[in-house]
Amino acid sequence: MLDEPRMTAPSRKRRSQLLRNLNAKVASIPMILTAVVVFVGGTAWTIVYSFTSSKLLPRLNFVGLEQYERLWVTPRWLVAIKNLAIYGALSLTFSLVIGFLLAALMDQKIRFENTFRTIFLYPFALSFIVTGLIWQWILNPSFGIQGVVRSLGWTSFSFDPLYNSDIVIYGVLIAGLWQGTGLVMCLMLAGLRSVDEDIWKAARLDGIPTWKTYLFIVIPMMRPVLITTLVIITTGIVRVYDIVVAQTSGGPGIASEVPAKYVYDYMFLAQNLGQGFAASTMMLIPVIIVIVPWAYLQFGRGRRG
Amino acid sequence: MSNRTMMIALAAFVAVIMTAPACKKGGENKAGDKAGETKAGSGDTAKAGSGSDTAKAGSGDTAKPAGGVDLEVTHWWTSGGEAAAVAELAKAFNATGNKWVDGAIAGSGDVARPVMISRITGGDPMAATQFNHGRQAEELVQAGLMRDLTDLATKEHWKEIIRPASLLDSCTLNGKIYCAPVNIHSQQWLWISNKAFKDAGVAIPTNWNEFVAAAPALEKAGKVPLAQGRQSWQLTLTFQVLLATIAGPDAYKKVFGAKDKAFAAGPEITKVFQAAEQARKLSAKSTVQEWNQATAMVIKGDAGGQIMGDWARGEFQVAGQAAGKDYTCLPGLGVNEVLQTGGDAFYFPKLKDEAKSKAQETLASVLLSKETQVAFNLKKGSLPVRGDVDLNTADECMKKGLAILAKGPAAIIPAPDQLMTADSNTQINDLFAEFFAKPEMTVKDAQKRFVALIASAK
Repeated sequence: MLDEPRMTAPSRKRRSQLLRNLNAKVASIPMILTAVVVFVGGTAWTIVYSFTSSKLLPRLNFVGLEQYERLWVTPRWLVAIKNLAIYGALSLTFSLVIGFLLAALMDQKIRFENTFRTIFLYPFALSFIVTGLIWQWILNPSFGIQGVVRSLGWTSFSFDPLYNSDIVIYGVLIAGLWQGTGLVMCLMLAGLRSVDEDIWKAARLDGIPTWKTYLFIVIPMMRPVLITTLVIITTGIVRVYDIVVAQTSGGPGIASEVPAKYVYDYMFLAQNLGQGFAASTMMLIPVIIVIVPWAYLQFGRGRRG
Repeated sequence: MSNRTMMIALAAFVAVIMTAPACKKGGENKAGDKAGETKAGSGDTAKAGSGSDTAKAGSGDTAKPAGGVDLEVTHWWTSGGEAAAVAELAKAFNATGNKWVDGAIAGSGDVARPVMISRITGGDPMAATQFNHGRQAEELVQAGLMRDLTDLATKEHWKEIIRPASLLDSCTLNGKIYCAPVNIHSQQWLWISNKAFKDAGVAIPTNWNEFVAAAPALEKAGKVPLAQGRQSWQLTLTFQVLLATIAGPDAYKKVFGAKDKAFAAGPEITKVFQAAEQARKLSAKSTVQEWNQATAMVIKGDAGGQIMGDWARGEFQVAGQAAGKDYTCLPGLGVNEVLQTGGDAFYFPKLKDEAKSKAQETLASVLLSKETQVAFNLKKGSLPVRGDVDLNTADECMKKGLAILAKGPAAIIPAPDQLMTADSNTQINDLFAEFFAKPEMTVKDAQKRFVALIASAK
């Protein structure tokens, strides 16, 4: 305050910029602190301790890359990564495609749109645990789909994905899609509705077929919604955990293990924090790969614009 | 828009990077909920208890039995038979004028232990908690969070009365005693359905080899020869039992105790893996998850038998079946009569409240008294930790078990928990979960990976 008269012009300008929207800045301090201290700090702490031999309690005795070396030769971790890749790729594709198709159908000014929207979105209101349990029952060979079809007389019918190591992850995928597609549909529908009616009129006037209008005009215009949806789906995939626990507990054997479950099991059941931290650090990498370029693109563009 | 996307993305990002810490938080929350529940459940008594605390502190005399305190005891005994057994402990402790506040955590030990550990490390310890004998609580003891019971143990001669001595050894760290063992659970049992064998028209087997030989007849009669729950601990249990019985107790100790990797790669262990492969074939059609569902298959006569610990006996009892008549039990699979003396013990976290600390000692000595031991273990289906109790009411299977226990150290093997860390145990569990679920995994591959795990085990 004292040296204010001596302040040079640029510094005064900086000062005034700092004070602009002061209320908003003060109000966001708690969130910034939480983000920095808890999230960034917690992540850094986890990474540091992943280089130690911590067992039940975190201890700072460094062992270099030992935890990571062990991680990448553990069959269970490799199975988990493979499952995540399959689940991720398919879940991303199918939920986007199905979600968009449903939204496009809803957008045809159909009757009872609200009813349909509720029906499709309803599974999203259920937790993953409930979803997993429901689908565990539906896919159970003795009283699920297989049982029902067999009781109708087709006794050779066999459909038991959850008890077959080779296809169990697809059983989990079905449940995941059932739960998540409704949300994608809603986001897509909002995106479709945000497209100006005049564009449709213009396209119709030019005689462009509907599917072409969707593919080449509407979808490119929905880019922001698509990106948001993509980020939500991708991050949801990386942390997939509860649905597997409820549906299969990682079984049969270790056939449906996922990385998040590996992290939990090694941190708390095997009492090997170091190993769990190493695995969770590895889980951070795909997230960074998705988030960083996206954030760069979004915010970089925003500033230029 | 970019603002909104940013917010959503930030939330999602945060959710992911927090996966690990979030788990921990979840555990703590669960523990918190649990504490809330117990407190809510015993609102009046809690108040009465705290009132008497101050009264006691005022009088300065802590030996008085009247006006006891509330102790919260956490455990994971929630099935029918287990809950009845816990009620016996509570009854005995309440008789001393104190109050047992039950903190049962539903689910298996795998679910309960993280909750217990995070409560103790998080500064909200219960007065006493169940753990299995062994090394599960070792680090908590090392960190100085658990109470030293050596004085009480010396006063009450625990060293002389507890049998086998290995139970107390696993409660001991650096010469000090930190837990009170309450029962002996053994896993090396084959439970056989007499009905299934009668239906198939073959004689009831007296050992594992006869059981395997009778399997084709069982299959022909439309039965699953071996009932097997699919959870990884059950699959590991099957292997451990085969190891201790087919190869014998010495081999078991060499592999899990001495971590002798050359021996683990040898022909004797190959035989065990071959037996495991047979078990895998015999249980291929058993698609149940839980152990008691598998036991139910045996009870109904849909399955020939099940390899499971003595807690399965509780299920037969609940179903009204009698040992010898409806079902047959073969300790050590009838091949090698060995029993593993794992089981449960109570640990006492350090508490600040003096009256409660005093009551912890009362609880410890109640748990080990002759009367409590009999009442509790009869309900639980386990064996008592002291040899000088009256067991006239025991059934055929319990008598078989006691006879083996009386043979002395040669017939007794320690639990894997006592020999290896939870980390090594989890890795081995994972291997057997994979082996039993994957018919194409060969004996050779499995043994090779087993040897590597044994070599790195601690």
